[in-house]
Amino acid sequence: MSELPGDLLFTNDHEWLRRENDGSVSVGITGHAATSLGDLVYVELPEVGQDVEEGGEMAVVESVKAASDVYAPIAGNIVAVNDELADDPEKINADPYGEGWIVRMTVEALDESALMTPDAYQQLLDELDD
Amino acid sequence: MGSKTPLYDNHIEAGARIVDFGGWDMPLHYGSQKEEHHAVRQNAGVFDVSHMTVVDLSGQRVREFLQYLVANDVAKLKDYGKALYTSMLNPDGGVIDDLIIYFVADTKYRLVVNAATREKDLAWIRKQAEAFDVGVVERAELAMIAVQGPHARELAAPCVDTEYRDAAMALKPFNGMFAGDWFVARTGYTGEDGWEIVLPAADASATWDRLLAAGVEPCGLGARDTLRLEAAMNLYGSDMDETVSPLEAGLEWTVAWEPAGRDFIGRAAIEEQRENTDRQRFVGLLLEDKGVLRNHQKIVVDGVGEGEITSGGFSPTIGRSIALARVPAGDYDRAKVEVRGKLLNVRIVKTPFVRNGQVRIDV
Repeated sequence: MSELPGDLLFTNDHEWLRRENDGSVSVGITGHAATSLGDLVYVELPEVGQDVEEGGEMAVVESVKAASDVYAPIAGNIVAVNDELADDPEKINADPYGEGWIVRMTVEALDESALMTPDAYQQLLDELDD
Repeated sequence: MGSKTPLYDNHIEAGARIVDFGGWDMPLHYGSQKEEHHAVRQNAGVFDVSHMTVVDLSGQRVREFLQYLVANDVAKLKDYGKALYTSMLNPDGGVIDDLIIYFVADTKYRLVVNAATREKDLAWIRKQAEAFDVGVVERAELAMIAVQGPHARELAAPCVDTEYRDAAMALKPFNGMFAGDWFVARTGYTGEDGWEIVLPAADASATWDRLLAAGVEPCGLGARDTLRLEAAMNLYGSDMDETVSPLEAGLEWTVAWEPAGRDFIGRAAIEEQRENTDRQRFVGLLLEDKGVLRNHQKIVVDGVGEGEITSGGFSPTIGRSIALARVPAGDYDRAKVEVRGKLLNVRIVKTPFVRNGQVRIDV
């Protein structure tokens, strides 16, 4: 497994968040999640402007194998969605932390203590491998 | 920990993601299910299907027994090696399992039944066989591989003993032959040309390695499922089970109604159903909207009724989602499928979706 980018925070549900320069937060699924799902063939994205609750269903990623919900890791408002995933969902497999981002949202506050650092997430992955 | 086939270590070596399938530790894929799928459509892939159950039947009355046991008529098998696809039914006409029967000799037939249904199949076959004094021997010691794709036979031929190689290459579709202690048949579950080979477990690993060295792609159960779905080949447990008759699963072609006097198990029940013009249709669906059709999604036909997807998924060859489904009787070619609360548009299409590398439906 390749190195996790240092500027990300992670959830137990194998999603990642990145605080962007404009204060918004990008969200995607981790390389581990993408690999577990297999080749992605469809991504259902939320509407821009939609409010999401923490833990609420936000997007759906479908692989050849199965459909899987993507939950909002924090409450917020969707300000952008990655439309390119509509034609090329495999961007998530190829580049989960870059071109495979799923949504960008504005949030009231980002409670980093509830999320994992790259080191902590790596530890979780190592434990899963055992 | 499930049962392991003789090829388990080969799968690990090839980087397989292992999953449980009917109590067996089997490869789901070796990195990319889609690439494996395309390899079979365009070149050649090899599947470990050793988990499937090979059963040898023998006895003076074995033909008579099979004419009673299954819905198709083994009397159609005139030449040694010829294969027949059919179902075993229960007295209510439900499908106990689908299987392939090979005509080996006048007193010998070989059956290949599903892995997940092994125990109930063997129990059922043995119970029915008693009255016919037919010997039932499971060949659990044998391995089985499927080499599939337009170049599968030519790439696999060097693995076959030289003595039998030409004869194996000359096999017609749906025919098999013994090649020493191997059994090679021109059958498969992908909609492509190829062979299914039953061989001693001791030969399996070296043969697998040799195929991979020849450029044949190792393929897992994931690709096996998308390939068979594109070929519109039924999957037991999804498209049919003991509550579904062959007529409700698109398998009427595997039922021999003639001769009318042949009394196979389940005949009375499905004959009654045959007269019923209101029975559900079993059809292929193409999703016209974006998304992916999945098993058990509800189908809504305006003004007609509701149905259900029995096998749904993404077709790597077509690049759209397709499905097999049971839908209400009636003359229509459009329907809607409920996916996460939304109704998506599907078109009813004539199957197979894909055959021999070619898309066979209007997309």
